[in-house]
Amino acid sequence: MWMTEIPAFVPFFVGALAAFFTRGHLRSFLMLAIITLSGLQLWLLPQEGVQVHLQFMEYELVPYRVDALSRVFGYVFHIAAFISVLFALHIRDTTQHVSGLLYAGSAVGAVFAGDLLTLFVFWELLAVTSVFLIWARRTEQAYKAGMRYLIIQVLSGVILLAGVLVHVSRTGSLSFDFIGIGSLDGWLILIAFGIKAAFPLLHTWLTDAYPEATATGTVFLSAFTTKTAIYMLARAYPGTEILIYIGATMACFPIFYAVIQNDLRRVLSYSLINQLGFMVCGIGIGTALAVNGAVSHAFVHIIYKSLLFMSMGAVLHMTGRIHATDLGGLYKTMPKTAVLCIIGAASISAFPLFSGFVAKSMIMAAALSEGHNGIWLILLLASAGVLKHAGIQIPYFAFFAHDSGIRTTEPPKNMLLAMSIAAFFCLAIGIYPKMLYDLLPFKAEFNPYDMSHVLAQTQLLFFAILAFVWLNLRGLYPPEVRAVNVDAEWIYRKFLKKLARNGFGWLWQTDRDIRENFMGRLNMLLAYLDKNHSPGGRVARTRPTGSMVMWVAALLAAYLWLLLSFPHQP
Amino acid sequence: MADKKQYLFDKPRNVKIVLYSLYISCAILILLDFVVHRHVSHPWEQLLGFYSIYGFIGCVSIVFGSKLLRILVKRDEDYYERDALSEEEEGQHVDD
Repeated sequence: MWMTEIPAFVPFFVGALAAFFTRGHLRSFLMLAIITLSGLQLWLLPQEGVQVHLQFMEYELVPYRVDALSRVFGYVFHIAAFISVLFALHIRDTTQHVSGLLYAGSAVGAVFAGDLLTLFVFWELLAVTSVFLIWARRTEQAYKAGMRYLIIQVLSGVILLAGVLVHVSRTGSLSFDFIGIGSLDGWLILIAFGIKAAFPLLHTWLTDAYPEATATGTVFLSAFTTKTAIYMLARAYPGTEILIYIGATMACFPIFYAVIQNDLRRVLSYSLINQLGFMVCGIGIGTALAVNGAVSHAFVHIIYKSLLFMSMGAVLHMTGRIHATDLGGLYKTMPKTAVLCIIGAASISAFPLFSGFVAKSMIMAAALSEGHNGIWLILLLASAGVLKHAGIQIPYFAFFAHDSGIRTTEPPKNMLLAMSIAAFFCLAIGIYPKMLYDLLPFKAEFNPYDMSHVLAQTQLLFFAILAFVWLNLRGLYPPEVRAVNVDAEWIYRKFLKKLARNGFGWLWQTDRDIRENFMGRLNMLLAYLDKNHSPGGRVARTRPTGSMVMWVAALLAAYLWLLLSFPHQP
Repeated sequence: MADKKQYLFDKPRNVKIVLYSLYISCAILILLDFVVHRHVSHPWEQLLGFYSIYGFIGCVSIVFGSKLLRILVKRDEDYYERDALSEEEEGQHVDD
């Protein structure tokens, strides 16, 4: 059948063309209809998949390859594209509609690319088409952030091209399958993928640019670039051990940054990296269960993350504000948005019956069964952290907390509808995970809903909430403040810039400044510790001898606890 | 807009209800540990209330960790922009 031979990116590009030449309701209809048809076509493809071959000079190209792994990503990209386009229907901005569709099409093209050359083309298209979603904010800040984003993204493409050239000269083939890190080309391609997958220190483009894009643009951005990279890693580097440690780092460090961010979409950007960490970790573990876990996590993550970005986009659209210091109390006038946001928050926190739970627990189970105990503990901490910064912080500071006095209305109907569809998927997959598990590429039995899993996860989450409540009531929670938190982007936004302009004289000066500054901050830290430890401090209070009795009692209680926990051991 | 309107959480009583239901659920979850026999694959999981304690302590340490991190990385909101300004007017100290 000729229909099956049409690569899935083609309808998207046709849709973009149609959007360029039409206006109003006709454009809305065409965009949604084309995505639906393209999704339907993918759904109806034969079970064993499709491969389209082309001869290019002496190389064989595979511009369209549908197999079990790429197909899952194809499905979720269609869902994400539909939701994002629906969410953006109310805006009268051709740039955003056209670049949104081109961007989604490039992502679809990239995951269905069966050879490295096709992959490279779509890899660069991803960068070039998406930057307009940032520039469309039309502020100077967005323009600059977009520029930095574009440079880093194109750089990733250049590194990929270098890797591909080395790879071809080594193996003589362009085919895109398992690569591994046994060679130079393997490393180059890993770094190229790593930039788009937001590996630690290569992640700054994400937290820099996503919060600067338009209210609707960030929803597109959050879905495609990073998950395309996750697909590439799952295809070319499954079972690569270094990914386990990279993933664990990614799952952990953004939590701390997320807690102190003021811009709520920046909180979500850091939380996006944390989620990618789980996926990268799963790919690194590399067993069928682990890679299935990573793929299903990518699937559900795209949906709940876009739901969260949509709810914050709706807040930004209606109030014009997005900083936690400016918001609060919005549940009063945006109750529907608040409820939808909470569904997204519950999903990302992986509450049982929500979609995050059925995916994340696979990765955790795989980490344990492969004996990565330390990694398992780190991921468990990261799970508590997700709840903390994305699950509570986002809905709490936007919709509850102190009343900011803002009185607005619910967002436009298309926005609410898009969010409702995403929320529906979050609940449906959470309640009936078989729907998702049937799509997974590998054979691995897994049942998330057994008593042990559910109880463990519920305990973890409820006590994390309890900790938040306790900290908040005691006034120990860090207050939201207007500030910038420097991250690795400091290297190119401050250091290299100055270095280039002022040369080495400045370097010594800066070295001194940094050390002075660091010492100053160290002194602040010492002062903080000193405050608690010096006479009269919180830690240094003298306690009566009688309190010793309490400690003995505590010791005995701990002993009893261990005894009750391990009753059968000699 | 009718700002005098009383909303759900304007009444302290409703906030209390939410908080107390949280406390009660936590208590029930802890008690379940004594009743439910779970299968475990890591020895620590056997500790009574391991997940509860880990969740609580993990969360508190994340928040304190962030507080320490903030001391190190916090800058003024115009940190990056201010730099561009001062470089354009190199050497001149302009105070508005």
